[in-house]
Amino acid sequence: MKFSEKWLREWVNPAMSTEELSTVLTMSGLEVEAVEPVAGAFSNVVVGQVRSMEPHPNADKLNVCQVDVGGDELLQIVCGAANVAVDFKAPVALVGARLPGDFKIKKAKLRGVPSFGMLCSVAELGMAESADGLMALPVDAPIGQDMREYLWLDDQSFELGLTPNRADCLSIAGIAREVGTLAKAEVTPDDIDVVTEQSDRQLNVRIEVEQDCPRYLCQVIEGIDPAARTPLWIAEALRRSGLRSLGPVVDITNFVLLELGQPMHAFDLAKIDGGIRVRHAAAGESLELLDGQKIALTEGTMVIADDQNPLALAGIMGGQGSAVSDDTRSIVLESAFFNPLSIAGRARRYGLHTDSSHRFERGVDPALQRMALQRATSLLLSIVGGSAGPVVEVVHEKQLPCRNAITLRAARIQRVLGKEIASDEVMDILQRLGMSIAPSETGWLVTAPSFRFDIEIEEDLIEEIARVHGYDQLPTTLPKTVATMQPHREGRVELTRLKEILVVRGYQEAITYSFIDPEMQRLISPHEEAVTLMNPISADMSVMRTSLWPGLIQAMMHNLNRQQPIVKFFESGLKFIKQNDEIIQEKFLSGIVTGQQSPEQWAEKTRAVDFFDLKGDVEALLATLAGGQDFSFTAEECDALHPGQSAAIYDVEGQKVGMLGALHPAIEAKLGLSQKVYLFELAVNCFENAKIPRFEPLSKYPEIRRDFSVVLSETVTIQTLKKTVEVAATSLLKNFQLFDVYQGKGIDSGRKSVAFSLTFQDHSRTLEEADVEAALAPVLSALTDQLDATLRK
Amino acid sequence: MQQELDSFVSQAQEAISLANDLVALDQVRVRYLGKKGEITQKMQGLGKLAPELRRDAGKVINVAKQAVQLAIETRRKALEQAELERKLQAESIDVSLPGRGQQNGGLHPVTRTLQRIEALFTELGFEVAEGPEIEDDYHNFEALNIPESHPARAMHDTFYFDAHTVLRTHTSPVQIRVMAEEKPPLRIIAPGRVYRCDSDLTHTPMFHQVEGLLVDDTVSFADLKGIIDEFLRNFFEKDLPVRFRPSYFPFTEPSAEVDIQCVMCGGDGCRVCSHTGWLEVLGCGMVHPSVLAHVNVDSEEFTGFAFGMGVERLAMLRYGVNDLRLFFENDLRFLRQFR
Repeated sequence: MKFSEKWLREWVNPAMSTEELSTVLTMSGLEVEAVEPVAGAFSNVVVGQVRSMEPHPNADKLNVCQVDVGGDELLQIVCGAANVAVDFKAPVALVGARLPGDFKIKKAKLRGVPSFGMLCSVAELGMAESADGLMALPVDAPIGQDMREYLWLDDQSFELGLTPNRADCLSIAGIAREVGTLAKAEVTPDDIDVVTEQSDRQLNVRIEVEQDCPRYLCQVIEGIDPAARTPLWIAEALRRSGLRSLGPVVDITNFVLLELGQPMHAFDLAKIDGGIRVRHAAAGESLELLDGQKIALTEGTMVIADDQNPLALAGIMGGQGSAVSDDTRSIVLESAFFNPLSIAGRARRYGLHTDSSHRFERGVDPALQRMALQRATSLLLSIVGGSAGPVVEVVHEKQLPCRNAITLRAARIQRVLGKEIASDEVMDILQRLGMSIAPSETGWLVTAPSFRFDIEIEEDLIEEIARVHGYDQLPTTLPKTVATMQPHREGRVELTRLKEILVVRGYQEAITYSFIDPEMQRLISPHEEAVTLMNPISADMSVMRTSLWPGLIQAMMHNLNRQQPIVKFFESGLKFIKQNDEIIQEKFLSGIVTGQQSPEQWAEKTRAVDFFDLKGDVEALLATLAGGQDFSFTAEECDALHPGQSAAIYDVEGQKVGMLGALHPAIEAKLGLSQKVYLFELAVNCFENAKIPRFEPLSKYPEIRRDFSVVLSETVTIQTLKKTVEVAATSLLKNFQLFDVYQGKGIDSGRKSVAFSLTFQDHSRTLEEADVEAALAPVLSALTDQLDATLRK
Repeated sequence: MQQELDSFVSQAQEAISLANDLVALDQVRVRYLGKKGEITQKMQGLGKLAPELRRDAGKVINVAKQAVQLAIETRRKALEQAELERKLQAESIDVSLPGRGQQNGGLHPVTRTLQRIEALFTELGFEVAEGPEIEDDYHNFEALNIPESHPARAMHDTFYFDAHTVLRTHTSPVQIRVMAEEKPPLRIIAPGRVYRCDSDLTHTPMFHQVEGLLVDDTVSFADLKGIIDEFLRNFFEKDLPVRFRPSYFPFTEPSAEVDIQCVMCGGDGCRVCSHTGWLEVLGCGMVHPSVLAHVNVDSEEFTGFAFGMGVERLAMLRYGVNDLRLFFENDLRFLRQFR
């Protein structure tokens, strides 16, 4: 809601500065978002009139004008505006004037002709962004008067950011009422002349949807002057409220909308066939709106129709067919109350949002319609002339919103606000807000005025009291605390700890959008079904991610394009997968690495990162659970990963908890990547059940270590080798340590050499050579028999 | 003999002072004090002397021996010290060379901010709760007192999957989910991603909020003011002026928006605070009785307050970030500033 301070002060004029007024409004819940002067800073600009003019001798588009500014002599002013004409009245910046932008007007010679001032446009006076020609002043503008004085330009436009509950403040009258309450100042509305009917022309009105439209008033005005102009004071009031002037009839309805808060509409009487019908649209009906778009009406939409066709979308926008135009001679003025629920959401469904729908869906005072109609009619008659017919009013009282009495308990006020507010003050505040009050046993029975749609329950009244009393006047306390400890499950590894581990290992956390490009989604996880947004911001942000990898790949590419030699990112968040009509939202911790294994440095040669660097990071995360022992890495393919370099991670129960591997070369090629990229993902819920450490006594006896080197088939995994050894060994075996894997010269093709050590130890004695030999025998035979391994000497 | 010994001692001292390393020094020791050394031989010759002379002669020889030993010992220490110094000299390194190994990464500034907020509230006994991001209409709107036709729906710029399934527009649905499960007293905060169909200089279609909820038998607006005040001062580590303005949210009544004195200009007015001297940082209010009714909490028995804050906004103010969109570009040059 934008309005002029001067206009407001005509209604209520508290003894406070612009700044104080702004603070009072903001602190009462009507947030002032901006206060701007209604015109640029200028001085020495007066009303002038062109007395005569002749073409400039040396320039086609310039005229040399003799301008009357009320002095003894006419001023010669060279002017380039196309609309300049003899007798034209326009603002004149005199020599010595300052215009916005600190632009000084001096005596000048334009193409050889002296010029003593400048004829101005609205833009040059800082009253509009742009202008088409000189500002046309009315014929009665007093020549020589200072423009600031003539147009009362020492005024500010206030922009209020009103919350949807305060529809009652969507007008000057409403804001004035509020300011009157807050500042305890008298509100003095303009007197409205009640027009006596001058003709008996009227329309028959039938309301078919009583609940949606409990009250409908209209009045015919015949014989208006099509040449009439909007008076400057109305045009300026509209401009300062952010509305354009569109012709006197529309301007007057808009003026009343701003002044009183009643949306109104004017129809061209000649375009109405029969009477007015307020009804629901029937199937198949359509309507061309004022803004030129043609809409198909859905059944149940309330329309204003004549005997044949819909004329307007009730409470939202008028129709083109019945609109007031330049040659309209007679009009019908509408002033109605539409039920908020019948308008709410309706405009949005048609993609519309108008000043009218904005007010109706929030609630217009149901008692306002007659006064607004009288105001508009009296303004119209004085500006465009014509004769008014009788006011036709159809009302269904029972359907009008009624304000129920609300019980307000003094004790509840104190309980909710944490402060006792004196009875006198409570009553004073409520009365100033226009509420009627009756005492009750526990406090009061309060009835809100018709314009307060937002007052429904006791809490609403308490808020009003707090608001007017001042939130800053309420105490500041801390809630009483009963010291209870929250449960802290030690077995749950917090995500923050996992993140810290990755950070220490060089990863940077990323946060990427949860919606991604469908193409990327298909590329990375073609076999997962994604959910698609109906109204995405853009096509490349239209499906929900089924993996965190696309976002991480994009973040990586962003940085590779900026010459970063190492990219290590992780992200945690939900992925969204559709399964049998259900959307599974599961939290994952995922990562991506590419580039050098370590930052470039002087002491070590750096190398490219590889699968086992990534696996080390994943193992470090899993180690938080049970030393990572209970997880197995199994070669397994996945759409996004290199089929020979990808593994699934299974927990001890055989549940798959994650994947890791190299990005598939085909995807690399598609993305134009020229370096290897490694990815991992882990389901965060696998970190719920870490083993709580269990102490084992330390052995006092020495360890014995034996090193082995075996040659076996390259298809035997290290995991199988280790398992075979561990199964075959006795409990004396404490550790299996791999220290070399070799293929190549000296080893038959298809086979590999693996070197490892076994460590033996007993809790009760020092092991003898013979003990170790005995423990080793089954291990060695298992290696030979089960894995076809040969021991290298 | 005395003369002879004196001359040995002075010769030995001369030789010792000329010995430049431990080997040379040992040669001197052998020459005078070794098994066949000059002084040792004298000592061995004592037996041949007349018994009455032995005692004096022995004394004289011993004095000479000790003099040589002392000279050797002194020289040896000096040589060892010099040797050590040489070694240390040779082993010294340029300590200004950088250390080896990985560089730490870092948390995203949004996470850093979230962790800070969570730490402050968990100290007051608030528990962290989470909820789904794809929400149904009921939890995101209906139960929060925002029916289908409510004008506030238009302000939410909702992303839809179908008529009843949305991306949550705020973290408030977590309130409903928690209250439906657990009975008061309740103290929770719900951090997480939220989504609005809006993208420009100052809006990203995804951002983060932290929702807070406290329901108990004697919770008042004064308590809400107290907790928010305390939080903001602690978060910014500054004794900032804080003001509560009446506002409107369908799910709280009374409702407030909270401003802090602009941290950029100290309240003098600048571009960041639109020259008002104040910055809006969060919204809050007393939980609306209808919301409590939706989750079967008796508003006569319990009252509560809720608040919600934008995490990126707080991060921007705390760290002086001037462009919201940087948070989601994941540019390492930006992220590394928050290690």
